[in-house]
Amino acid sequence: MLRLEGVSAAYRGLPALRGISLEVPAGAIVAVVGANGAGKSTLLKAIAGLLPVSGRIALDETRLDRMAAWRVARHGVALVPEGRRLFPRLPVEDNLRLGAYARRGQPDRFAPLSLVFDLFPRLQERLAQRAETLSGGEQQMLAIGRALMTQPRLLMLDEPSQGLMPRLVDDILAAVVRIRAGGVTVLLVEQRLAEALSIADHAHVLQTGRVVMSGPAAAIAADSAVRRAYLGL
Amino acid sequence: MTPVLLLQVMALGLLTGLVYALVAAGLSLIFGLMDVVNFAHGQFLMLAMYAAFAVHAASGVGVALELPLVVLLLFVLGVATYRGLIARALGVATNRGMVQIFVTFGLGIFLTGAAQFVFGGDFRSIGDGMLANRSLILHGLHLPLAQVAAAVVCLLAFAALALISRTEFGRALAATREDREAVALIGIDRNRIFALGWGLGCAAVGVAGVMLVQFYYVSPNVGADFALIAYVTVALGGFGSLLGALVAGILIGEVEALTALLLEPSLKQVGMFAIYLAVLMLRPRGLFGRL
Repeated sequence: MLRLEGVSAAYRGLPALRGISLEVPAGAIVAVVGANGAGKSTLLKAIAGLLPVSGRIALDETRLDRMAAWRVARHGVALVPEGRRLFPRLPVEDNLRLGAYARRGQPDRFAPLSLVFDLFPRLQERLAQRAETLSGGEQQMLAIGRALMTQPRLLMLDEPSQGLMPRLVDDILAAVVRIRAGGVTVLLVEQRLAEALSIADHAHVLQTGRVVMSGPAAAIAADSAVRRAYLGL
Repeated sequence: MTPVLLLQVMALGLLTGLVYALVAAGLSLIFGLMDVVNFAHGQFLMLAMYAAFAVHAASGVGVALELPLVVLLLFVLGVATYRGLIARALGVATNRGMVQIFVTFGLGIFLTGAAQFVFGGDFRSIGDGMLANRSLILHGLHLPLAQVAAAVVCLLAFAALALISRTEFGRALAATREDREAVALIGIDRNRIFALGWGLGCAAVGVAGVMLVQFYYVSPNVGADFALIAYVTVALGGFGSLLGALVAGILIGEVEALTALLLEPSLKQVGMFAIYLAVLMLRPRGLFGRL
């Protein structure tokens, strides 16, 4: 579904991605793991159109490289970014509804709301609250909910576990599994290796901007050499 | 000083204040949206006044024709200013803040010169309009019809802005104000939102200009006075706040009228600038500001 060929990009003037090639098959959960500064977040930003890249990024037959970020989003690629980037002073409800803004005029554009409330019932209780008043876990739920409101085909998550307590991390990852079951392909960047690999089908290990290993998530999880060499464990 | 005189002055202050409020709302909307102060705002007002004057001279139909035409013109001008100048100024690599200031400042100087060239330096007004030289007598208060009409139309324009802020587009405006990068992640083209924001802000000034020229003289330099008042109003109300602009506009109108009454007319701006200083020292974010 998503295919990257020789993708390179710089972040703040330094080369951060060096010729990345990888594939995300439709319906899969693909994890990208690696140490801090390996280029994981940069990879998601590059796909989302937030960074200029060289190389080729294609979603099925559509070229995404050189496309403005807002167009990439309209082509069905949603990024839940690092730091969540909610609209802090707007109420939860507006944050969610804004996800459907690009589908103005379509009668069923708010249909994903029922899925979002089903996944994260707590959001429904907090609709009138400003996003900035939510707890960290609730903010992460809202960020994922807002992304789902765009009705994406590919959902990219950048460190969804960041700053959350372990129980909430499990909740979020369980939600990711259910989202995939609903037909959305998932590309997941995580620091927490074990948790990410436990729900992923495939995994790619990134080191200083290169893919140094790819394979079934279970195999990578089991490979102690990988863990030592590339993940600093 | 009699109570009737005081009421009369305060009523006129209110009518004038509502026009100030709408001029400030346009400035505040653009600043709140993208942190750019439009230093050509007063010149846009001047342009709207001249445009209404020209439409009046050519057609003689009156304010009912002047309003839609001039408001549309100012909307287009606002969009064009964003697309042609501001978007480029935001894209420069160095000294972005300075470039933003001088690009609108330069535009203002250009517009003043252009008006001087086209219309000459004379003061002009719509002296024979249907609103001119008529008054409403209300409980002994003497209210010029043109100013009453201006106040009512400006209030309606505020209502329209408030309604727009509740639409889906209004929500997108608010989101872009919150995080201009993150809106791209949900498929919102911020350049389009910015351009429409400029269009709206300038359309608001267009409404104010049309109504103002019904009773006030226009000259190439008229914008400077009103722009100064608008900056004071926005600072008092709070940058980016629509309600703040409305409340502050009325306050400034009253303070100006009462200063003229209690001190003397030539000192009428002393009161409002004293307030401006007080706001800067005591509450820099203004009455309703969120900065």
